[in-house]
Amino acid sequence: MTKAVRWPVGLILPLGLALGWEAAVALHWGNGRLLPPPSRVLATLIDLFRTGDLAGHIQATLQRVALGFLLGVAAGTVLGAVSGYWALARRLIDPTLQALRNIPSIAWVPMFILWFGIFETSKVILIAVGVFFPIYLALSAAILSVDRKLVEVGRIFRFSHREMITRVLLPAALPSYVTALRSGLGLGWMFVVAAEFMGAEQGLGFLLVDGQQTGRPAVILAAIAAFAVLGKLTDWLLASVAARFLRWEDGFRPVE
Amino acid sequence: MLDIRDVSKRYPNGVLALDGVGLTVAPGEFLVIVGGSGCGKSTLLRLIAGLDGATAGTIALDGTPVTAPRPEIGMVFQEPRLMPWLTIDQNVAFGIRHLPATERRRRVSEALARVGLASHARHWPRELSGGQAQRVALARALVGRPEVLLLDEPFSALDALTRTDLEEHLLDLWAFDRPTMVLVTHDIEEALFLADRIVVMRPGPGRIVAELVPTLTRPRDRAGAGFHAWKYRALVELDQATRRLSGEEAFPAAAI
Repeated sequence: MTKAVRWPVGLILPLGLALGWEAAVALHWGNGRLLPPPSRVLATLIDLFRTGDLAGHIQATLQRVALGFLLGVAAGTVLGAVSGYWALARRLIDPTLQALRNIPSIAWVPMFILWFGIFETSKVILIAVGVFFPIYLALSAAILSVDRKLVEVGRIFRFSHREMITRVLLPAALPSYVTALRSGLGLGWMFVVAAEFMGAEQGLGFLLVDGQQTGRPAVILAAIAAFAVLGKLTDWLLASVAARFLRWEDGFRPVE
Repeated sequence: MLDIRDVSKRYPNGVLALDGVGLTVAPGEFLVIVGGSGCGKSTLLRLIAGLDGATAGTIALDGTPVTAPRPEIGMVFQEPRLMPWLTIDQNVAFGIRHLPATERRRRVSEALARVGLASHARHWPRELSGGQAQRVALARALVGRPEVLLLDEPFSALDALTRTDLEEHLLDLWAFDRPTMVLVTHDIEEALFLADRIVVMRPGPGRIVAELVPTLTRPRDRAGAGFHAWKYRALVELDQATRRLSGEEAFPAAAI
């Protein structure tokens, strides 16, 4: 397959489904009132865009996801690296973190609201908590599974602890780390909705609630479509930035 | 002068890998340790490298005990062990990271030229053949100009043609600044081609059972009559040394 036709292949399925649904509604096979056809969802999106509401919602949501993601990634990376490298730290913090990990993050919402109020802080922290755990777990596990043989090369050259972490362990763990970042980002998008459900005046999550309360399913679907597009775009951005650092990988490449 | 005195190594699982090994290696000497698998030859090399500690006895280089890896001691492993995320020149520079950048660049290109891989400086390790990768490992070990170079079956994973090529190459590299060489192998011919002195080891527990000083002039000709005579002699001595010992071990009652 040539390069030019590779990525549009991914559009076949969503466009096909949209066209099918559109046709089903037009032919009165389906109920267009509760599940509006793609054309109405698109029209709603365009309306929201014209009034400038959409940009505001997207900006609010993106900002929360970005802040929460960065915070969660920073904490997960530091603690994951420390507990992967240093046995004592692992014994000290890992059991607690593993226990905390099993608490559904949403369970913290009432507490966060009491502690940080109902505005931005509690939302960002909820997202950060959701992002933190997969990053922490994947990085510490990836460091523990780095090839001993490469670590020995570092020992032969008398690497300091810092050099061993930055020059051997982290690069070797990078492929798993990137996968963790991507699933963490996905969780970030998930938790932003939960965060915005708990009371927001702006954001795509707010738009969902608003669509429900005002009985406008097209608005709900418009918000869902916006989530899908933004989620896909940010993941693509992350994956393509990461790919530049993973060119050395010698993994399985399926034939095109 | 590398001085190994009465060194024993018992692994945590109770296996006695080395028992009272004594050996001195003169500066600039090419010593080859020969033995079957499990005779403790690799263990001995790891102790000299400072990667593991001896249970008893001492290892000293120029009068200073070796307790951890030292800058004067380089090592080449059975596998190239290149960092897959670094290009070839970055891998070689691994060994001299403390030098200023310009000096580092000069030394890396010099080392790569000496192993005949100057044109591969910007390649990834995955793009090299096994023999090329091992040559990079040699360049990485030698770029810091160690006083002692340890080689743990460095060519055993290569095909016969590449192996003889690399053996000749190794002698050239040795001739350049005459480090003390300690090479471990199970290949008598390789030992005879390279060594000033050959030490034979036996397992259960690992110890030195014979020593040979092949009086062949360099460059040595594998096809020559002298080489064959030495090969025969080495095999006979090896056979005698091992038979004598295994006789005692296999039938301890016969000694009564």
